[in-house]
Amino acid sequence: MNIVIVGHVDHGKSTVIGRLLADTHSLPEGKLEQVRAQCELNSKPFEYAFLLDALKDEQAQGITIDAARVFFKSDLRHYLILDAPGHIEFLKNMITGAARAEAALLVIDAAEGVQENSRRHGYMVSLLGIRQLAVVVNKMDLVGWDRGVYERIVSEYGAFLQQVGIRPACFIPVSARDGDNIADRSAHLPWYKGPKVLDALDQFHTEPAPVELPFRMPVQDVYKFTKQGDDRRIVAGTIDSGTVSVGDTMVFYPSGKKSRVKTIEAFNRPAQQSAEAGWSVGFTLQEQIYITRGEMATVESQTRPQVTTRLRVSLFWLGKDPMVKRKEYLLKLGSARVTARIEEVLRVMDASTLDTAEQRNAVQRHDVAECVLRLDRAIACDVAEAIAATSRFVIVDDFEIRGGGIVREAMADRQTTVRDRVMLRNYKWEPSIIQPEHRAEKYNQKAALILVTGEHESDRKGVAKALEGKLFEDGKVVYFLGIGNVLYGVDADIERKQENRLEHMRRLAEVANLMLDAGIILVVAAAELTQDDLEVIKTAVQPDWIETVWAGDNVTTDISFDLQLPGGAVPEAVDQLKAHLQDKGVIFRPW
Amino acid sequence: MSVAMDHLDQLENRSVHILREAYANFKNLGMLWSIGKDSTVLLWLARKAFFGHVPIPLIHIDTSFKIPEMIEYRDRLALEWNLTMIYGQNREALEEKRTFPDGAVDRIACCKALKTDALKHTLSGEWARYRLNHAKKVYELDRNTEAFTGVIVGARADEEGSRSKERYFSPRNAQSRWDVGDQPPEFWNQFKTEFAPGTHLRIHPLLDWTELNIWEYIRRENIPTVSLYYDQGEGKRYRSLGCYPCTQAVDSASRDVDDIILELQSGKFANIAERSGRAQDKADGGGLETLRRDGYM
Repeated sequence: MNIVIVGHVDHGKSTVIGRLLADTHSLPEGKLEQVRAQCELNSKPFEYAFLLDALKDEQAQGITIDAARVFFKSDLRHYLILDAPGHIEFLKNMITGAARAEAALLVIDAAEGVQENSRRHGYMVSLLGIRQLAVVVNKMDLVGWDRGVYERIVSEYGAFLQQVGIRPACFIPVSARDGDNIADRSAHLPWYKGPKVLDALDQFHTEPAPVELPFRMPVQDVYKFTKQGDDRRIVAGTIDSGTVSVGDTMVFYPSGKKSRVKTIEAFNRPAQQSAEAGWSVGFTLQEQIYITRGEMATVESQTRPQVTTRLRVSLFWLGKDPMVKRKEYLLKLGSARVTARIEEVLRVMDASTLDTAEQRNAVQRHDVAECVLRLDRAIACDVAEAIAATSRFVIVDDFEIRGGGIVREAMADRQTTVRDRVMLRNYKWEPSIIQPEHRAEKYNQKAALILVTGEHESDRKGVAKALEGKLFEDGKVVYFLGIGNVLYGVDADIERKQENRLEHMRRLAEVANLMLDAGIILVVAAAELTQDDLEVIKTAVQPDWIETVWAGDNVTTDISFDLQLPGGAVPEAVDQLKAHLQDKGVIFRPW
Repeated sequence: MSVAMDHLDQLENRSVHILREAYANFKNLGMLWSIGKDSTVLLWLARKAFFGHVPIPLIHIDTSFKIPEMIEYRDRLALEWNLTMIYGQNREALEEKRTFPDGAVDRIACCKALKTDALKHTLSGEWARYRLNHAKKVYELDRNTEAFTGVIVGARADEEGSRSKERYFSPRNAQSRWDVGDQPPEFWNQFKTEFAPGTHLRIHPLLDWTELNIWEYIRRENIPTVSLYYDQGEGKRYRSLGCYPCTQAVDSASRDVDDIILELQSGKFANIAERSGRAQDKADGGGLETLRRDGYM
C-alpha cells in the first residue's frame, strides 16, 4: 500500500519514517551502518531522520526536498512510504508524493501546534482525492506528555478537516524520536487507548478499483504494426473505471463514433473476454472507425461523459508566475491535450486558512481557485462527484506542469447544439469497407480541409483556385469549393443573415466532412472567417484535418490560423501554401 | 470475468501505461538496455505495451569490459525479438587506454568516461552509433544522428538513495545534468511530456519495482536471463551485472529463479543491498549521486 506522510516543516515526518523502518526491521543491512558511519565521519549524533536523507543536499539543508520513496513491511503487508517535504517551496513535491498514495499520515508537532502547512497539506490531500488520513501528534515528550495539548490539537485540526470533507481515522500522540506509539505502545501515554502508528497503517483499506462505475478509458494510442507483419489495429489505453466485454458497443467522445469490441488483445497473457478498471489493455474493433489519441472510450447505454469547451473547475496553482486571464495554457485531461484560457476567476481561496477572496483576475502560486476555463477544442470528461479519475486535469505552461484541478461542472458553450448533431451523425455513421488509410495510400495524399480566408478585398479565391490547379497537375484528388456554391444550394432554405451564420457554417462543415471522408483535399475560400466560425467547423470536421490560411497582410478577424500568405503575387503564395502542406504531411515531398 | 489484480499486475500495468505515454509523446525515443535483469524486464514490458513488438530502438553502452556472454545474449535476443539494436561507446578513451582496468584512472573516472560520457554522446548523436543489420547479422554505422529526446531507463527507486527521488518522467538539461532540487510535479497519471529544445527526458517505468518484484516477474513471465545470474556449480553467481573488473560475484548456490527468490525473501540476501558488489558506489561518499547528476544511468 502507498502511504504519503505530510505536514509542516520540522514537525518530524522523517523521524517517524526512520523509526517505522528501524522498529519493523525493514532496513537493508547496509543502510543503517552506512548512515551511522556517515554521522561518525561528520561527527554528528545519529538521528533516525538521516536514514532518509540519502542525498547530500538534504543533509546540508536539513529539509526533505522531494517526495522520497521508502519500502517497508508490517506483519500484514508491504508499504511504500512517500516522504513529502513540509516546506512551502516544495509544495509541488508534496503533491507528487501525495497523488500516488492511497492514504496519508499527517504529522503535527505537539509543541508548535497546527501550522500553515498542516492545513494546506490537509486541503491538498482532500483535493487530490485521498479519503483516508491519520493524524500523528508528534514530539509529545517536549510537552511533558500532556493530554491537554493533544486534546486541543484534536479539536482544532479536527474542525479544519471537517471543512475540507475529510474524516480522519484517528489522532495518535507519539514521540517518534523515542519510539513511543510508533510500533510499540508508549509507557508515557497511558491515557491513549487508540491505535499506534503501525496499527493505523494496517487499518487503512486498499480502495477497490472503481469497476462498478461507467466504463472510461482515455485512448492512449491506436497501434498498427504493419511493417512487423501484424495487421491488427489495436486501440490501447488504461481503464480508469468500469468494465468492458467482447461484443460491447464502444462510443468514443468527443467524436461520438462507435464500434463493437471484437477482441481484447494482450501479449503473453491468456485470452480475455472482459477487462476492468486498473488494467492497461488493447482492443480490436469490429467496424473500422478513425479515432486518435485524445478520445475517451465509453460503453453505449451507460452514463455519457460530458463534452464541452467550457469547464467550471477547482484548481491549485504551483507556478512562480500567477495564472492569468488572456494567456494560453495547455490543459491535459486523460490523453486529451487542448489549449485553455481562464474565462473567469470565480473565487480564490487561501489553501491554509480557507479564507475566500472574491473578485480576482489571477491565481497566485499556492492558491486554490474556482475558475471557468475555456478550451479551444471540446474534450470528454466527467465531473468530480461522478467519476474522479476522468475529472482530473493538469495545466502546463512553458513546458512544465504548473497546476492541477478537478472538473466541477461542464458548462454549455456556443457549439453545444452543433456538437450534439455531430455526435449523433457520427453515432449513426455507416462506415465504408474502404479504410481512410487505404484511400490515403491510393491517392498518395491525406484528406484535408484547407480554409483560405482573408479580407473581402484579398485574392483568396485566386489563391485557392490556383492551389487546386497546381495540386491537380501533381496528380492529387483535389476540389475547390466556393462559399457561394453552398449558400445558394445546400443553404437555399435559410436566409443569409447574421443569426443564421452558425447554421451556414455547420452545413459548410458537413459538406466538407463528406468530401474529406471520400479522401479529397478540399480547398474552401471564404471571406473574413472568425474564430467562432472555425470553432463550429472544428466541431464537425476532425480538427487535425484542417489547415487555416489567412491571405493578405492585414488581419481583420480574431481567427487563429496556421499560415499567413502575404498579399500580392498568387504563384508565390501557392508555392508557400504547397510547402506548408508538405510540412504538415498532407502531400509528400519528392525524394 | 477478468482476474483481480495482484501486486505484480499493478506494477506491470503502471509500467505499460508509462511506456505507452512515452511512445505517444516522443518522436526520438530510445530505451537503454544494459543486458541486466531490470532493463530486460523493461524490454519485456515494452513487448507487453506494444503487443509483442518493440517499436523503440534499444541502446546499449558497450564499455568493452562487459562479460562476453552478455553481448552474445544481447545479439541473440535482438535477432529473435526483431529489435532495433544500437550500441555506442567511448572509442577514444578505449583506444588511449584511459580506463581503470588499464590502470590509468580510478573507478569513478572510468565509469564517467566509458558509461556517462559514452551515453551522453551516443544519445546526442555526436559520437558514432552502430545499428544491428538483421539480414547480415552485423553492426553497421548508423546514419541517423538525430538526438534522442526521450530515453527510457530501468532504474528502480529501491536501488540506492538518489534513485528514490526520480520522477517517472525526469528532465535532463542540455548537458544531461539532473537538477534534483527542482523537479517537476507529477500526479494523476500526467507526466512531463513537453520539453524545451536541447533538453531531454529520462523515463523510468520501473521506479516502483523492487529487486524481488523483478525476479518474481521474471519467473511469472518466463523471461530469458543471462546465466551469469545463476550458480553454475562453483557456489558463485552475479547479483548485479556490470563490467567484469568492477563487479564481484557473490557466494550463492542459487541455480535458478526459484532459488534466487527464496534467497531474497528469507535467505542471506534479505537484508543486504543489491549493489554491494559494485565497487564504484563505495568510491563515492554520496553513493551514486555524483555520477547520476552528471548523466549516469
